[in-house]
Amino acid sequence: MRSDRAPLWLKLAAGAGLLFLHVPILIIFAYAFTTEDKSYQWPPPGLTLQWFAVTWNRPDVWEALSLSLRVAAVSTLIALVLGTLCAAAMARFRFFGREVISLLVILPIALPGIITGISLRSAFNLADIPFSYWTIVLGHATFCVVVVYNNAVARFRRTSASLVEASMDLGANGFQTFRHVILPNIATALLAGGMLAFALSFDEVIVTTFTAGQQQTLPIWMLEELVRPRQRPVTNVVAMVVVLVTFLPILGAYYLTRGTETVAGQGK
Amino acid sequence: MPAAVEFRDVCRFFGTVRAVDRVSMEIAEGEFFAMLGPSGSGKTTCLRLIAGFEQPTHGAVRIFGQDMTGVPPYRRAVNTVFQDYALFPHLNVLDNVAYGLMVAGRGRAERRREAEAALELVQLPGYGARRPGELSGGQRQRVALARALVMKPRVLLLDETLGALDLKLREQMQEELKALQRKVGITFVFVTHDQGEALSMADRIAVFNEGRIEQIGTPEEVYNRPAKPFVADFVGSSNVLPPEVTFAVAGRRAWASLRPEAIRLVGGGRPARVLATAFLGASTRLHLEMAGLDITMLLPRGAQVPQPGETVSIGWADGDLHLMESA
Repeated sequence: MRSDRAPLWLKLAAGAGLLFLHVPILIIFAYAFTTEDKSYQWPPPGLTLQWFAVTWNRPDVWEALSLSLRVAAVSTLIALVLGTLCAAAMARFRFFGREVISLLVILPIALPGIITGISLRSAFNLADIPFSYWTIVLGHATFCVVVVYNNAVARFRRTSASLVEASMDLGANGFQTFRHVILPNIATALLAGGMLAFALSFDEVIVTTFTAGQQQTLPIWMLEELVRPRQRPVTNVVAMVVVLVTFLPILGAYYLTRGTETVAGQGK
Repeated sequence: MPAAVEFRDVCRFFGTVRAVDRVSMEIAEGEFFAMLGPSGSGKTTCLRLIAGFEQPTHGAVRIFGQDMTGVPPYRRAVNTVFQDYALFPHLNVLDNVAYGLMVAGRGRAERRREAEAALELVQLPGYGARRPGELSGGQRQRVALARALVMKPRVLLLDETLGALDLKLREQMQEELKALQRKVGITFVFVTHDQGEALSMADRIAVFNEGRIEQIGTPEEVYNRPAKPFVADFVGSSNVLPPEVTFAVAGRRAWASLRPEAIRLVGGGRPARVLATAFLGASTRLHLEMAGLDITMLLPRGAQVPQPGETVSIGWADGDLHLMESA
């Protein structure tokens, strides 16, 4: 017989696990309010809000944040277009080498970032492409495409192919069918995939290290800042912002894809 | 006046598979035409050739005299009721029915009026605000029908439309479809593997086998005078006699068809051994062996049922043995 109540030791273990995962994040948050700026001292000797003002007035923070947002936005956009097209082809057609291509598309997210980073760097060098904003975007797009693809391909498989035929049968051309039938059916999957892609790109460090020139994305800026003993809590303020910026889209994606398990367009 | 649909030597090959193999037929305007055959016989591919989802590998499909080669589905005056209904899950019933009108750029008020009229036609008035997911199978079927009819097609294609319904609902829908066709007066082309459905609804039937048409005719012709052994067997599970047996019983060397209900137990007939019996309610089916051949017969209700192993004597009227041209 199964008991509905978990034993006490299991509850304690689960609680301890959750604490281990999340207390460090809370500590980071706490340091954003400390009065001590040379070293991390626990407990904080005093609390202050001055670091928010300091952070606000630091142009390097703004530059890094702006670069990160622009990179994430453009990589996500590229990923949305390419990932959707690729997913549509995989879900609709059978062709020679289909499984291989499917594997190749997913590979970048399974590969260690350092491999992706090194290989892209040497490829850019070989092709004489100077490191710039666009090389960062390309690097990020490699794994963003995968996230969008995975979301879209699952939705395409659950959308009945006869919906497209029904639309054409009723007089809609390819464009109208895409706009009125395909897009509404895959929209939430694209939104979820896009949000995940954005979040992944926003806090990416390893690939960025290899594909960036002189620019600093926000995570790279934070790494640099940690080794400099000056206005340390500024890093913590930025860390808080990053956590929130990353967390909200993921939460949104979760709610959007919830409850879409039924097969769209299946009539029986 | 040109035929509503005309196939002239149409082939459709998928790789080495000959899904449709040199099919020629004409479907007249206003006709209720059934394409009957087992799965994989090419009947659905023929329907898709009319709708425009497939293009012929060879030959031409004409709709009201116009060659449809290269014409996409959205430029054809035909509409389809799909096997899985294919209702748009993100739209409510009214928007589903009005979809074609919306795409054609008609005004909101007109769309609404016509869609509601179409829902009335299929006896679903007031269902406009519901989602397809909230409807039963039979209701979805009617919505799919309304969505196609609202386009006022000149030919309506129905792909195994009643297959997913339970028996009682299926019989009811058969009658409704027939009545609806008489009311709107457009050509219906209906694909089915159910011979009963084809016989009861269609004006004419094309019997498909392995990508070819074996016979085209009225239900009476196809049932009473099957042209080929396949037709005799598939439509009404007739007993098919090979030429040597026909020669032995009728003195002619040809394939022949003998309906199970045409065989009677008579004195002084041909001896047959009873292999098995099955009670069907209105009748009893006897499985017999006669001259090394398996024969099925139907015994009307009330008759004495022989036991398996017994030898009985069977006979039939001369006119009931139908001789066929060839295999």
